[in-house]
Amino acid sequence: FKALFSNYLDNLKNIINSKAISKTEIECLICDFNVLLREQINPGKANGLDRQNFRSILYNKFGMSDAIIMDAVFRTFDTDVDSFISVKEWIEGLSVFLRGTLDEKIKFCFQVYDSNGDNYITKEEMFHMLRNSLIQLPNDEDPEEGVKDMVEITLKRMDYDHDGKVSLADFDKAVREENLLLEAFGTCLPDRKSIRGFEQQVFQHQLEK
Amino acid sequence: MGITLSRAAQWTTASSNIGKLEFTPMNELLLKEILSFVEEFSSQHPQQAEHVFKEPLQWTTTLVASDFKTDYDISDSVVQSQEKDSEGHPLLLLSPPNVYVRSFSQLCKLVHLTNDKKLEEVRACLEDNRNPVVKVLGPSFAAELEGDNQDETRLFAKVKEEEEHKDTDDKVKLFLLLQNLDKQLLIKLLHEISQQVELNPAAVKNEVEMLKRSCGNGESRLLKSIQYTSDYEFSNGCRAPPWRQVHGEICYLVIEPCDSETLYITCSTAGVFLNRGIKQKGEENDYERTSDTYEDLVSLLKSKSPQFAKNINKQDCAVQELPSTQKIQHVESVDAEEQGQPQRSYEQQEKNVHEKARQQHTANKAGGKMKYEPCPRWKDLGLKCPPGRAEEKKPNKSSGEEKSGEMYKKKMATGAKSKMKADFSVSSLPGHLSPLKIKTSAGALPVEVFSESSTESEEEEEQPERRPESNTDLPSEYWHIQKLVKYIKGGDQRFTVLTLCTLMDFNLMQETCQLAIRDVGGLEVLINLLDTNEVKCKIGSLKILRKISSSVQIRRAIVEMGGLQSIVKIVDSEEEELMALAAETIAIVARFPKARRTVRQYGGIKKLVKLLDCVSNLANLSVRQEKDVEIARCGTLALWSCSKSTRNKDAIRKAGGIPLLGRLLKSPHESMLIPVVGTLQECASEESYRIAIQTEGMIKDLVKILGSDNDELQMHCASAIFKCAEDKQTRDLVREYKGLQLLVSLLSKADNKHLLAAATGAIWKCSISMENVAKFGEYNALEVLVNLLTDQPEEVLVNVVGAVGEFAQIPENKATIRRCGGIKPLVNLLTGTNQALLVNVTKAVGACATDMDNMVIIDQLDGVRLVWSLLKNPSADVQSSAAWALCPCINNAKTDDRLRRHLAEAIGHCCMWGSNKALFGEAGAVAPLVCYLKSKDSSVHQSTAMALYQLSKDPNNCITMHEKGVVKPLIHIMGSDEEMLQEAAAGCVRNIRLLALANRKVQLFY
Repeated sequence: FKALFSNYLDNLKNIINSKAISKTEIECLICDFNVLLREQINPGKANGLDRQNFRSILYNKFGMSDAIIMDAVFRTFDTDVDSFISVKEWIEGLSVFLRGTLDEKIKFCFQVYDSNGDNYITKEEMFHMLRNSLIQLPNDEDPEEGVKDMVEITLKRMDYDHDGKVSLADFDKAVREENLLLEAFGTCLPDRKSIRGFEQQVFQHQLEK
Repeated sequence: MGITLSRAAQWTTASSNIGKLEFTPMNELLLKEILSFVEEFSSQHPQQAEHVFKEPLQWTTTLVASDFKTDYDISDSVVQSQEKDSEGHPLLLLSPPNVYVRSFSQLCKLVHLTNDKKLEEVRACLEDNRNPVVKVLGPSFAAELEGDNQDETRLFAKVKEEEEHKDTDDKVKLFLLLQNLDKQLLIKLLHEISQQVELNPAAVKNEVEMLKRSCGNGESRLLKSIQYTSDYEFSNGCRAPPWRQVHGEICYLVIEPCDSETLYITCSTAGVFLNRGIKQKGEENDYERTSDTYEDLVSLLKSKSPQFAKNINKQDCAVQELPSTQKIQHVESVDAEEQGQPQRSYEQQEKNVHEKARQQHTANKAGGKMKYEPCPRWKDLGLKCPPGRAEEKKPNKSSGEEKSGEMYKKKMATGAKSKMKADFSVSSLPGHLSPLKIKTSAGALPVEVFSESSTESEEEEEQPERRPESNTDLPSEYWHIQKLVKYIKGGDQRFTVLTLCTLMDFNLMQETCQLAIRDVGGLEVLINLLDTNEVKCKIGSLKILRKISSSVQIRRAIVEMGGLQSIVKIVDSEEEELMALAAETIAIVARFPKARRTVRQYGGIKKLVKLLDCVSNLANLSVRQEKDVEIARCGTLALWSCSKSTRNKDAIRKAGGIPLLGRLLKSPHESMLIPVVGTLQECASEESYRIAIQTEGMIKDLVKILGSDNDELQMHCASAIFKCAEDKQTRDLVREYKGLQLLVSLLSKADNKHLLAAATGAIWKCSISMENVAKFGEYNALEVLVNLLTDQPEEVLVNVVGAVGEFAQIPENKATIRRCGGIKPLVNLLTGTNQALLVNVTKAVGACATDMDNMVIIDQLDGVRLVWSLLKNPSADVQSSAAWALCPCINNAKTDDRLRRHLAEAIGHCCMWGSNKALFGEAGAVAPLVCYLKSKDSSVHQSTAMALYQLSKDPNNCITMHEKGVVKPLIHIMGSDEEMLQEAAAGCVRNIRLLALANRKVQLFY
């Protein structure tokens, strides 16, 4: 069985094709995945983590709270669009979460923000994501106008090829110019603290066993 | 306008009530402002315009009855207004040549009647009514205006108790209007003044020095002579008495031009002008200005002396080659500890930026209307106002804001795109990168060195703010920034980060943007973000703070608001990017003492030192280690800024910073080495550091780095060696590691004066060891040094001469100096005023004078006289050095009785000064003097006896004289016919005898 498992791991490692995560770490992630799967309400039916479970993981372990963004992250993880996160999808996603290079992160965030998957972030998508981001303005000014204004400014800023929408190339360029723009439309990557916490829990805990 | 008129306007005579307003640009401006105030008064404040003045304004007018139109009652030459006051007096009465006016509405009408003579009328009115406010509102109100009292309720009470008038309200409003005008005028004038040249003591001093050098006898000399009226220089560099310094006066000069009468000149911060003849002690009215004000001495002299103008134009190139005022001003003596490191250039660069901004400003001003250059990014974003808009006046804030919003939308909607393409292609050129970016790529953020450095005192200078006078002229950036700050306040983390990114696209190095951020309350918001838990907001905030801190005012504001504390707090955060940014920001903000103190008091030094503790092996770094090293680099940059204060130097040492710096010294990267070596050389002013640098083995690294090809790095290295090489072991180590040759090779970079000063300084200190002098000989260092004795700034000269003095301890070098023509420039330098330089020059001349052939040249050049004249120098160091230098002259003057006579005479006279008696004794002058008595020349006897008499007032000298057997020849001389000679010899013998007696008494009684 051990040999089989090792073989399986090798295959997985090849498929995932990430240098950042070691074989042992993948092993740990799989174990953790199984634990998470078991906690799911009706694990029997599922091919993986369902949306609700995934969202609570994002919330509890990675400190994310924005519902729109969490759904988008789920969509981005779920590469085969079957509404479940399989073990492969889980590990692929986490490799970006935990050890992602800037390139990977840019691509990931772009996919999160491109909610209809047409490979462009449009003005409407931006507005949708930022809708509630301006909480108050003095003198009863309309926050929505403020958001629209900021969306216009940001679009102008990122739209290097002047087609009125932000392509991956545009986004990539903008982020490289100013790193802060990586998560411009909402936090979709875990911060350092949660990463550390997660790694500690999953990797070290597992190793101790 | 009370204050403005009485204090700011320039009246022809200072005291009287009958003064005339001078025809100066400043007054012109003042008049124009007042005129436009009067002209618009009726339409803007119709109610207050009807208010009847307490007393009429009365003046001599050029208007005649025929100038007035129908709505006046005209009979013959007398004109009356139809409007009357409550008692039936007309509000305007013209009985030529006088006119009486009793309300603003009449004033306004009158001004409109006068057509092209408006300004003259205003001028006449103001000249005849020196205090118009008193007449308009009554004396008690005028007093309020002077007192700058803004309490309206008190005003109301005052008016009410004074008179039961219905128009109380109007009166107060009128008062406020006038007060406001006064304020506006003052602001305008200040603005104007701040654009005029500001002289400072250093600049004046340098100009005087420059002119002094060009005095002389030649055909092409510029002046006969130039002198200060006072030798005493206050610590602030001024020579004017303190009660004149408050008027901005720096010093007074007496200049004899070649072709006109003597000029008495006042140098003040406002410029240079002629006075009534201040000599040694000025009479009160001597200080009065009698000419126009010029921006500097050269321009004044050009206009006063045709020959000067002619010659200076001829010499223009030559003069420019002399270290110009600017240059000297910023190059300081490397020796000066706290303030004197030739290294900071960022500050200067910043200054240049300001300078540029100012020039631009002035240029725009001249063009009529100010224009503000929006930053390129705004152009890109299409947010820039269309060109016509700058001319529009925005009536008030809110509508201006709305408008800009509209414009913005319009622009977005229409053909912005096609325009943007063009703009982008431009903005992607490397030249469009912000200066900061360029710097980062060069490796050293706040420190570029090839320009000038600054002193602490200079940092302290508050720069006068140049800002738009009123809302109407606010640049478009202002409104955009105001909006963004509002967004930051109201937005969540995402929105804030987006807004911060937008803010970053402004040209944050531009003063307009910096001040706009401050003025709309942006600094508070940015600082508040630092105290939140949002990492991205903190990063964004720091990125902005780091840039806008290039402004002195912003730096100060940040510290005042407690922002620096928050930044210090972030230094030991968990996020690497934050740590680096915080340290980098501290490096920029901590450029003045209070900031440095704040860093220390909030434990910043310890935290920063901790950043330095990264990897031990600095070669072959992993990506992760590279990040750590970058953080260490930022930490060092911050420490470098902080190390300007002595206490921080201690704090760095106590926090264990020295070994860490020593470790970073092994880095292969110049961007790391510059701040590390910079900090080390800054701290090397402290003994503890010098010892540590030697014992931690850093000399080896420093010498190695000396061999790099980065001028700045070499300069800091040389500077560090300069400071450390006071120690013999360090000097030996420099030689051992083959540093001497490197130092000599630096002399070829003579164009970089900072580097040259540091390198010559290091050579000087290293040459204290004779082994090093011998080694230097192999590289022909002396020949190069002698060539550097002319045409160098004083900072370099001090070191070069110091080194030459050390080299001259070896006999063959004395001949080398002569052979290379070094004696003449050395003797020339004896006429200088820089005390550090004089100490070294006298020492070098003294060392050279021990060679007979040199002595002949020195004597021919009148060097002996120059040396002894230095015995009167106020500095004890110069005195002792001069006394020391005279001794070899005395020794070598054995054969020449003429020289002997003069020398003895000189010593005799000099002994009357201060501690010279003892100094001569210590320098060994007594014994050879005694030998002079063997001369056959009676005049030598006379001066020698005089000198010995003076010297004998010092007990130690008596002992020496006695030992050398002076008594016998003196007694012989006492038999001379010359009364003076008799007296001197007898006096000397008496002093020796008295000492012997006292000595015996002591032996008897104890």
